[in-house]
Amino acid sequence: MKTIIFNVFVLMAIIPSLWVALSSNIVHAAFSLLFTLFGIAGLFVLLGADFVGVVQVIIYIGGIMVLIIFGVMMTQGARLSPLSVNLPGRLLAAGLTGIILAVLMVAATHFLWPVGSAPPPPTPASQAIGNLLLGKYLIPFEVASLLLLAALVGAVLIVRHSVRSDLSPSVFIIRRKQRGE
Amino acid sequence: MTYSLSSFLMVSSLLFCLGLFTVLTRRNAIRVLMGIELVLNAGALNFVAFSRFLEAPEGAPLISGQVFALFVIAIAAAEAAAVIAIVLSLYSMLKTVDIEQYQQLHG
Repeated sequence: MKTIIFNVFVLMAIIPSLWVALSSNIVHAAFSLLFTLFGIAGLFVLLGADFVGVVQVIIYIGGIMVLIIFGVMMTQGARLSPLSVNLPGRLLAAGLTGIILAVLMVAATHFLWPVGSAPPPPTPASQAIGNLLLGKYLIPFEVASLLLLAALVGAVLIVRHSVRSDLSPSVFIIRRKQRGE
Repeated sequence: MTYSLSSFLMVSSLLFCLGLFTVLTRRNAIRVLMGIELVLNAGALNFVAFSRFLEAPEGAPLISGQVFALFVIAIAAAEAAAVIAIVLSLYSMLKTVDIEQYQQLHG
Protein backbone atom coordinates (compact mmCIF):
# COMPACT_ATOMS: atom_id res chain seq x y z
CA MET A 1 0.00 0.00 0.00
CA LYS A 2 2.76 2.39 1.00
CA THR A 3 4.65 1.46 -2.15
CA ILE A 4 1.64 2.26 -4.33
CA ILE A 5 1.14 5.66 -2.69
CA PHE A 6 4.87 6.34 -2.97
CA ASN A 7 4.85 5.55 -6.68
CA VAL A 8 1.82 7.73 -7.26
CA PHE A 9 3.52 10.70 -5.59
CA VAL A 10 6.78 10.02 -7.45
CA LEU A 11 4.99 10.05 -10.80
CA MET A 12 3.13 13.17 -9.73
CA ALA A 13 6.46 14.85 -9.01
CA ILE A 14 8.52 13.60 -11.97
CA ILE A 15 6.18 13.80 -14.97
CA PRO A 16 5.21 17.49 -14.53
CA SER A 17 8.83 18.39 -13.84
CA LEU A 18 9.75 16.88 -17.20
CA TRP A 19 7.17 19.24 -18.61
CA VAL A 20 8.74 22.15 -16.70
CA ALA A 21 12.10 21.38 -18.25
CA LEU A 22 10.98 20.61 -21.80
CA SER A 23 7.74 22.43 -22.56
CA SER A 24 7.88 25.39 -24.90
CA ASN A 25 4.89 27.11 -23.30
CA ILE A 26 5.75 28.98 -20.13
CA VAL A 27 2.19 28.95 -18.76
CA HIS A 28 2.08 25.16 -19.08
CA ALA A 29 5.45 25.01 -17.35
CA ALA A 30 4.17 27.15 -14.47
CA PHE A 31 1.14 24.96 -13.89
CA SER A 32 3.23 21.79 -14.22
CA LEU A 33 5.50 23.16 -11.50
CA LEU A 34 2.37 23.42 -9.33
CA PHE A 35 1.74 19.67 -9.68
CA THR A 36 5.39 18.88 -9.04
CA LEU A 37 5.26 20.84 -5.79
CA PHE A 38 2.10 18.97 -4.76
CA GLY A 39 3.83 15.67 -5.46
CA ILE A 40 6.84 16.65 -3.36
CA ALA A 41 4.54 17.76 -0.53
CA GLY A 42 2.97 14.29 -0.69
CA LEU A 43 6.43 12.71 -0.48
CA PHE A 44 7.17 14.86 2.59
CA VAL A 45 4.00 13.64 4.28
CA LEU A 46 4.86 10.05 3.34
CA LEU A 47 8.25 10.50 5.02
CA GLY A 48 6.56 11.46 8.27
CA ALA A 49 7.30 15.16 7.84
CA ASP A 50 3.71 16.35 8.07
CA PHE A 51 4.59 19.88 9.13
CA VAL A 52 7.07 20.34 6.28
CA GLY A 53 4.50 19.02 3.81
CA VAL A 54 1.86 21.49 4.95
CA VAL A 55 4.39 24.34 4.94
CA GLN A 56 5.37 23.31 1.41
CA VAL A 57 1.74 23.55 0.28
CA ILE A 58 1.16 26.89 2.02
CA ILE A 59 4.39 28.68 1.10
CA TYR A 60 5.31 27.14 -2.25
CA ILE A 61 1.88 26.72 -3.75
CA GLY A 62 0.20 29.62 -1.97
CA GLY A 63 3.08 32.06 -2.21
CA ILE A 64 5.87 31.26 -4.61
CA MET A 65 3.69 29.79 -7.35
CA VAL A 66 1.40 32.81 -7.20
CA LEU A 67 4.47 35.04 -7.56
CA ILE A 68 5.74 33.02 -10.53
CA ILE A 69 2.38 33.02 -12.32
CA PHE A 70 2.14 36.74 -11.61
CA GLY A 71 5.58 37.22 -13.14
CA VAL A 72 4.57 35.18 -16.19
CA MET A 73 1.46 37.34 -16.60
CA MET A 74 3.31 40.64 -16.15
CA THR A 75 5.93 39.77 -18.76
CA GLN A 76 3.64 38.40 -21.46
CA GLY A 77 4.27 41.37 -23.73
CA ALA A 78 7.99 40.71 -23.81
CA ARG A 79 9.76 40.92 -27.12
CA LEU A 80 9.77 37.53 -28.80
CA SER A 81 13.13 35.86 -28.67
CA PRO A 82 14.30 32.25 -28.91
CA LEU A 83 12.94 30.24 -26.00
CA SER A 84 16.15 28.44 -25.22
CA VAL A 85 19.82 28.60 -26.08
CA ASN A 86 21.02 27.35 -29.45
CA LEU A 87 21.35 23.65 -30.28
CA PRO A 88 25.05 23.16 -29.37
CA GLY A 89 24.37 24.85 -26.04
CA ARG A 90 21.40 22.58 -25.41
CA LEU A 91 23.40 19.47 -26.31
CA LEU A 92 26.22 20.58 -24.02
CA ALA A 93 23.75 21.19 -21.19
CA ALA A 94 22.11 17.82 -21.79
CA GLY A 95 25.47 16.06 -21.72
CA LEU A 96 26.56 17.82 -18.55
CA THR A 97 23.25 17.14 -16.84
CA GLY A 98 23.35 13.52 -17.97
CA ILE A 99 26.81 13.03 -16.47
CA ILE A 100 25.71 14.59 -13.17
CA LEU A 101 22.55 12.45 -13.17
CA ALA A 102 24.56 9.27 -13.78
CA VAL A 103 26.96 10.08 -10.92
CA LEU A 104 24.09 10.90 -8.57
CA MET A 105 22.20 7.72 -9.50
CA VAL A 106 25.26 5.55 -8.88
CA ALA A 107 25.82 7.31 -5.56
CA ALA A 108 22.17 6.84 -4.58
CA THR A 109 22.02 3.16 -5.39
CA HIS A 110 25.50 1.82 -4.68
CA PHE A 111 26.71 3.78 -1.68
CA LEU A 112 26.11 1.99 1.60
CA TRP A 113 24.18 4.57 3.57
CA PRO A 114 24.16 3.89 7.31
CA VAL A 115 20.46 3.11 7.28
CA GLY A 116 19.48 2.18 10.76
CA SER A 117 16.28 1.07 12.37
CA ALA A 118 15.43 4.65 13.21
CA PRO A 119 12.09 5.00 14.95
CA PRO A 120 9.56 6.91 12.86
CA PRO A 121 9.42 10.60 13.74
CA PRO A 122 6.59 11.69 16.03
CA THR A 123 3.57 12.19 13.81
CA PRO A 124 2.69 15.74 14.77
CA ALA A 125 6.30 16.79 14.28
CA SER A 126 5.58 20.44 14.98
CA GLN A 127 6.43 20.24 18.69
CA ALA A 128 9.86 18.71 18.08
CA ILE A 129 10.52 21.15 15.22
CA GLY A 130 9.57 24.09 17.41
CA ASN A 131 11.86 22.92 20.19
CA LEU A 132 14.75 22.58 17.75
CA LEU A 133 14.06 25.93 16.05
CA LEU A 134 14.07 27.87 19.31
CA GLY A 135 16.81 25.79 20.91
CA LYS A 136 19.55 24.20 18.88
CA TYR A 137 18.92 26.17 15.69
CA LEU A 138 18.08 29.53 17.24
CA ILE A 139 20.79 31.48 15.41
CA PRO A 140 19.95 30.10 11.93
CA PHE A 141 16.31 30.81 12.70
CA GLU A 142 17.05 34.46 13.51
CA VAL A 143 19.31 34.78 10.48
CA ALA A 144 16.52 33.40 8.30
CA SER A 145 14.09 35.94 9.71
CA LEU A 146 16.59 38.73 9.02
CA LEU A 147 17.06 37.39 5.48
CA LEU A 148 13.30 37.40 4.89
CA LEU A 149 13.06 40.97 6.15
CA ALA A 150 15.94 42.06 3.92
CA ALA A 151 14.38 40.33 0.89
CA LEU A 152 11.02 41.97 1.62
CA VAL A 153 12.46 45.47 1.94
CA GLY A 154 14.80 44.97 -1.02
CA ALA A 155 12.03 43.69 -3.30
CA VAL A 156 9.76 46.61 -2.42
CA LEU A 157 12.59 49.10 -2.94
CA ILE A 158 13.62 47.70 -6.34
CA VAL A 159 10.11 47.56 -7.76
CA ARG A 160 9.00 50.89 -6.28
CA HIS A 161 11.94 52.73 -7.79
CA SER A 162 11.40 51.30 -11.27
CA VAL A 163 7.64 51.84 -11.23
CA ARG A 164 8.02 55.43 -10.06
CA SER A 165 10.55 56.25 -12.77
CA ASP A 166 8.31 54.51 -15.27
CA LEU A 167 5.11 56.28 -14.36
CA SER A 168 6.21 59.63 -13.07
CA PRO A 169 5.58 61.82 -16.17
CA SER A 170 1.99 60.67 -16.63
CA VAL A 171 1.35 60.93 -12.89
CA PHE A 172 2.58 64.51 -12.86
CA ILE A 173 0.49 65.41 -15.89
CA ILE A 174 -2.62 63.98 -14.23
CA ARG A 175 -1.88 65.91 -11.03
CA ARG A 176 -1.37 69.15 -12.98
CA LYS A 177 -4.68 68.63 -14.74
CA GLN A 178 -6.40 68.04 -11.41
CA ARG A 179 -4.96 71.29 -10.10
CA GLY A 180 -6.17 73.08 -13.23
CA GLU A 181 -2.75 74.20 -14.43
CA MET B 1 10.04 1.67 -6.91
CA THR B 2 10.15 0.57 -3.33
CA TYR B 3 9.85 2.86 -0.35
CA SER B 4 13.52 3.19 0.58
CA LEU B 5 16.26 5.77 0.91
CA SER B 6 17.72 4.92 -2.51
CA SER B 7 14.43 5.55 -4.29
CA PHE B 8 14.04 8.91 -2.61
CA LEU B 9 17.60 9.84 -3.57
CA MET B 10 16.94 8.77 -7.16
CA VAL B 11 13.78 10.87 -7.33
CA SER B 12 15.52 13.91 -5.91
CA SER B 13 18.54 13.57 -8.19
CA LEU B 14 16.20 13.35 -11.19
CA LEU B 15 14.41 16.50 -10.02
CA PHE B 16 17.76 18.22 -9.46
CA CYS B 17 18.97 17.39 -12.96
CA LEU B 18 15.73 18.52 -14.61
CA GLY B 19 15.99 21.82 -12.73
CA LEU B 20 19.64 22.19 -13.69
CA PHE B 21 18.80 21.52 -17.34
CA THR B 22 16.08 24.19 -17.19
CA VAL B 23 18.48 26.71 -15.67
CA LEU B 24 21.16 25.97 -18.25
CA THR B 25 19.05 26.03 -21.39
CA ARG B 26 16.21 28.53 -20.93
CA ARG B 27 16.55 32.19 -21.79
CA ASN B 28 13.40 33.44 -20.08
CA ALA B 29 14.28 34.69 -16.60
CA ILE B 30 11.02 33.43 -15.06
CA ARG B 31 11.67 29.99 -16.53
CA VAL B 32 15.14 29.98 -14.98
CA LEU B 33 13.49 30.79 -11.64
CA MET B 34 11.27 27.71 -12.06
CA GLY B 35 14.37 25.59 -12.59
CA ILE B 36 15.91 27.00 -9.41
CA GLU B 37 12.74 26.10 -7.50
CA LEU B 38 13.04 22.52 -8.74
CA VAL B 39 16.67 22.34 -7.59
CA LEU B 40 15.80 23.72 -4.13
CA ASN B 41 12.93 21.28 -3.78
CA ALA B 42 15.19 18.37 -4.63
CA GLY B 43 17.55 19.51 -1.87
CA ALA B 44 14.75 19.76 0.66
CA LEU B 45 13.53 16.28 -0.29
CA ASN B 46 17.03 14.94 0.29
CA PHE B 47 17.17 16.52 3.75
CA VAL B 48 13.86 15.02 4.81
CA ALA B 49 14.65 11.59 3.35
CA PHE B 50 17.99 11.43 5.17
CA SER B 51 16.40 12.51 8.43
CA ARG B 52 13.83 9.73 8.07
CA PHE B 53 16.10 6.84 7.13
CA LEU B 54 19.55 7.42 8.56
CA GLU B 55 20.59 5.87 11.82
CA ALA B 56 20.00 8.22 14.72
CA PRO B 57 22.85 8.78 17.23
CA GLU B 58 21.07 7.63 20.34
CA GLY B 59 17.96 6.01 18.99
CA ALA B 60 15.93 9.18 19.05
CA PRO B 61 14.20 10.18 15.80
CA LEU B 62 16.08 12.73 13.74
CA ILE B 63 14.12 15.91 13.19
CA SER B 64 17.01 18.16 12.13
CA GLY B 65 16.49 17.33 8.46
CA GLN B 66 12.94 18.61 8.64
CA VAL B 67 14.18 21.84 10.24
CA PHE B 68 16.67 22.26 7.39
CA ALA B 69 13.91 21.65 4.85
CA LEU B 70 12.00 24.51 6.50
CA PHE B 71 15.07 26.74 6.14
CA VAL B 72 15.30 25.77 2.47
CA ILE B 73 11.66 26.72 1.95
CA ALA B 74 12.18 30.08 3.71
CA ILE B 75 15.22 30.87 1.58
CA ALA B 76 13.32 29.86 -1.56
CA ALA B 77 10.55 32.30 -0.65
CA ALA B 78 13.01 35.15 -0.13
CA GLU B 79 14.85 34.29 -3.34
CA ALA B 80 11.64 34.13 -5.40
CA ALA B 81 10.49 37.52 -4.12
CA ALA B 82 13.83 39.14 -4.89
CA VAL B 83 14.09 37.53 -8.34
CA ILE B 84 10.57 38.54 -9.36
CA ALA B 85 11.25 42.11 -8.19
CA ILE B 86 14.48 42.32 -10.18
CA VAL B 87 12.92 40.76 -13.28
CA LEU B 88 9.91 43.09 -13.23
CA SER B 89 12.19 46.07 -12.73
CA LEU B 90 14.42 45.02 -15.63
CA TYR B 91 11.34 44.34 -17.73
CA SER B 92 10.01 47.84 -17.16
CA MET B 93 13.39 49.24 -18.20
CA LEU B 94 14.35 47.01 -21.13
CA LYS B 95 10.99 45.49 -22.19
CA THR B 96 12.45 42.00 -22.27
CA VAL B 97 12.92 39.02 -19.99
CA ASP B 98 15.61 37.42 -22.13
CA ILE B 99 18.60 36.98 -19.84
CA GLU B 100 20.99 37.26 -22.78
CA GLN B 101 19.80 40.83 -23.37
CA TYR B 102 20.75 41.90 -19.87
CA GLN B 103 24.21 43.16 -20.75
CA GLN B 104 24.30 46.55 -19.04
CA LEU B 105 27.27 45.62 -16.89
CA HIS B 106 29.54 45.01 -19.88
CA GLY B 107 32.29 47.59 -19.47
